[in-house]
Amino acid sequence: MTSLWPRVEPLLARVRKPARYIGCEDGAVVPVHGRSKVAWLLAYPDVYEVGLPNQGLQILYEILNERDDAVAERTYAPWVDLEALMRERGIPLFSVDAHRAAGDFDLIAFNLSAELVYTNVLNMLDLAGVPVHAARRRPEDPLVVIGGHAAFNPEPLADFIDLAVLGEGEEVIGEITEIVREWKVGGRTEGSRQTVLRALAQVPGVYVPSLYDVVYEGERTVSIEPKFDDVPRLVTKRTVADLGRWDYPRRPLAPLTEVVHDRLAVEVFRGCTRGCRFCQAGMITRPVRERPAEQVRTMITEGLRRTGYNEVSLTSLSTADFSGIEQVVSGIVPDPTACGAPTISLPSLRVDAFTVGLADKVSSGRRSGLTFAPEAGTWRLRTVINKLITEEDLYGAVESAFSSGWSRAKLYFLTGLPTETDDDTRGIAELAAGCVRVGRQHTKRASVTVSVGGFVPKPHTPFQWFGQNGVEELQRKINLVRGAVGKGSGVQVKWHDPRASLAEGLASRGDRRMGAVIERVWRNGGTFQEWSEFFDLERWTDAVAAEGLDTDWYVTRHRTEDELLPWEHLSAGLHRDFLWQDWRAALDEHGLPDCRWTPCYDCGVCTGDGLEHIVASPVPPAGGSQGTGQDLSRGGEVPVKVRT
Amino acid sequence: MKVRIAYSKLGKVRFLGHLDMARLWERAFRKAGLPVAVSTGFTPRQKLSFGLALPTAAESLVELLEVTFDTERVDVEVQDLPSRLSGLLPEGIVVVGAAMVEAGSVSLQEDVTATTWVLSIDHPAPELATRIASVMGAAECWLERERKGERRRDDVRPGLLGLEIASPTCLLGLPSEWKASATGTLVEATLTTAGRGIRPTEVVEVLLPGVQPWDVLDRVLRTTQWIERPEATCAPFGVRIRKELDNERQLTGR
Repeated sequence: MTSLWPRVEPLLARVRKPARYIGCEDGAVVPVHGRSKVAWLLAYPDVYEVGLPNQGLQILYEILNERDDAVAERTYAPWVDLEALMRERGIPLFSVDAHRAAGDFDLIAFNLSAELVYTNVLNMLDLAGVPVHAARRRPEDPLVVIGGHAAFNPEPLADFIDLAVLGEGEEVIGEITEIVREWKVGGRTEGSRQTVLRALAQVPGVYVPSLYDVVYEGERTVSIEPKFDDVPRLVTKRTVADLGRWDYPRRPLAPLTEVVHDRLAVEVFRGCTRGCRFCQAGMITRPVRERPAEQVRTMITEGLRRTGYNEVSLTSLSTADFSGIEQVVSGIVPDPTACGAPTISLPSLRVDAFTVGLADKVSSGRRSGLTFAPEAGTWRLRTVINKLITEEDLYGAVESAFSSGWSRAKLYFLTGLPTETDDDTRGIAELAAGCVRVGRQHTKRASVTVSVGGFVPKPHTPFQWFGQNGVEELQRKINLVRGAVGKGSGVQVKWHDPRASLAEGLASRGDRRMGAVIERVWRNGGTFQEWSEFFDLERWTDAVAAEGLDTDWYVTRHRTEDELLPWEHLSAGLHRDFLWQDWRAALDEHGLPDCRWTPCYDCGVCTGDGLEHIVASPVPPAGGSQGTGQDLSRGGEVPVKVRT
Repeated sequence: MKVRIAYSKLGKVRFLGHLDMARLWERAFRKAGLPVAVSTGFTPRQKLSFGLALPTAAESLVELLEVTFDTERVDVEVQDLPSRLSGLLPEGIVVVGAAMVEAGSVSLQEDVTATTWVLSIDHPAPELATRIASVMGAAECWLERERKGERRRDDVRPGLLGLEIASPTCLLGLPSEWKASATGTLVEATLTTAGRGIRPTEVVEVLLPGVQPWDVLDRVLRTTQWIERPEATCAPFGVRIRKELDNERQLTGR
């Protein structure tokens, strides 16, 4: 186990932010490798500052290191300055824990939270000295694994990975470890790579792309078939039934240098059944599983004590929906030795006055801004996307915020949504202006920032059949919003580059043929594509053309019901019929309330997995109109038609 | 109660910047459960003040910080601080001393008037010795450098209080691990902090014009921070001082 540190160390004084390459965090382990221990390298394909806070990676790091038969280290994408020096000197990708060469691990497991990082995956493999094509890997090369939300359509990466893991990793990593351990102990003989992959394909939730034949006729996928009888036709995601049994991370990683979320994070629940139709996370992480409130409190107290942070973020897809929220918040007491009470931050605020009241209660000190996500500018369009927030909800939330001392609000919107008209788009500016009007009754400084992102349809959602808006159409809509915002109105508009949305669209719903495009983008220097200074759409469109493919066919084309989608052999537990019906309901402007507190729609997840929502409270939380039993028709809006 | 703390920063953690160190200390005091006084206002901050910033990638035997404790909340035993804090800090940061300071005393930044460094320079000793003799023998030493985003030419000679190939006595005071990993020629430099001071990397630029300092600067270690008192020149907290008397004469005879 040789350390690359003596070769890395002399380079670090010459690169930016060298602290991201030294490890040494609170909570980091001193890895002890062994011949009968499976060595995992947990990799995040973006810079350390972005990757370190990732909770999935931290959880698996700890669970693996607790095992007798495994050891885990971490790596992140080195920034371009260090990468250049490493390549110049032939230094391979290394772990930050013990500075061990990436190629010396048994598995390299990438956490993929978004699509534009795919080229970094290839780059990191190449930097590790591992052949980027799975077919060319030798017995001594590590197995390349992907997991995370983007792994639900792993097809664009099929040529480069050995396996993809669908869903939550807590349990399945142990099962993978046991199989890989046998392979390792057996000496990884010539040809054994195929055997171990075949064995891994039997593990529920594990998908081995090389064991499937995909047939295309013209542009269309016509069949996806396993090559062998013992390889499953349908790979279904893994779900941890009881979050209370997995109170990780117990030793959170506290970095020595500043990272994007520089605070303690405690996950309060998984899954979300609000049913927003654009939201892949909400669809693929069902059902809702809450952590017991008492455990949340213990994790907060212990985590703060261990890390020395004085801020904790309660994470989930919609934290105000956590039924134990009041209990947790009221249980946080000031520590006499610290700077007063720790600050609790609530990401993903629900849009209603109750939530703002909660934020008011937990925030201490400066009140810079609150963020809400109405997502669409009109009630009509919000029924299409099933984000059932009334204008009253929003104005109530904003009123509550500005009257409690906040002076800025940030509103997130998507544009390029199904059925979106120009009136809907301009509605974004009107809503924002309305919020400023409400705010100015309380403070002259009231201002609202509108952030507009181009909608990219995602697999395993009701919108997976929708043809994405092209670059020009998205830009036109962004300009509509900008034009509808008056000067001096107190509304500021920011937007996501529509060109990046197009590239994201290529990778999001791509099939295996997209792999050659990704490889070409990478070979032409396209790393760090999430960073605007490195993103260049032409690299993508040129690569698509060079591979004889058609960007519009992949991105802007509407899919039909009978089309075989490239991820049809992979399941997040949702019935195809449910998704299709929900897509039709969207087009009919039918809303669908939250199934936590209404009868089951049989989306397939709970019944298929023998699971149920684990919600501590049988009654919906106070406030908010969606699915909470409150009158959805208030405010003179058109009542939402609830499908039965 | 105001306490001055001395700590070393050696090894991998030398790549932490000054601001990272500040955050690290805030977390360490909270982990230790020490009642650090906080500023009033919208964003209460711990009352910490740091001495002269140590450049990222440089190491030190003695870094200084001052912390104010609110002993009305919880009592603090100053002599226990080194053992209480060292275990809560990453490997390479060790608290070597803690002492109460009088309220109203001058700030750390003003108190320290000179610092001594050992530079490990990847260059033959005889040539460096010649360069040192010529620099120290001259009345002026002009260096083009960047300050606050501007290129400018300064005479850095007044900032160079001492510059020599490290003597055997100097080496005695250095940690053996550090000596083992430093592979270049060791040069000892004592630099003023006042006025237009000179940085250790700039010492390399003066000695080897045209060279990128970090291409040849293998390691750099701050060994002493000098504090002048009317009675004598001394380093805080009894950190072991090399050539203490020599330096005392040199510094006080300025």
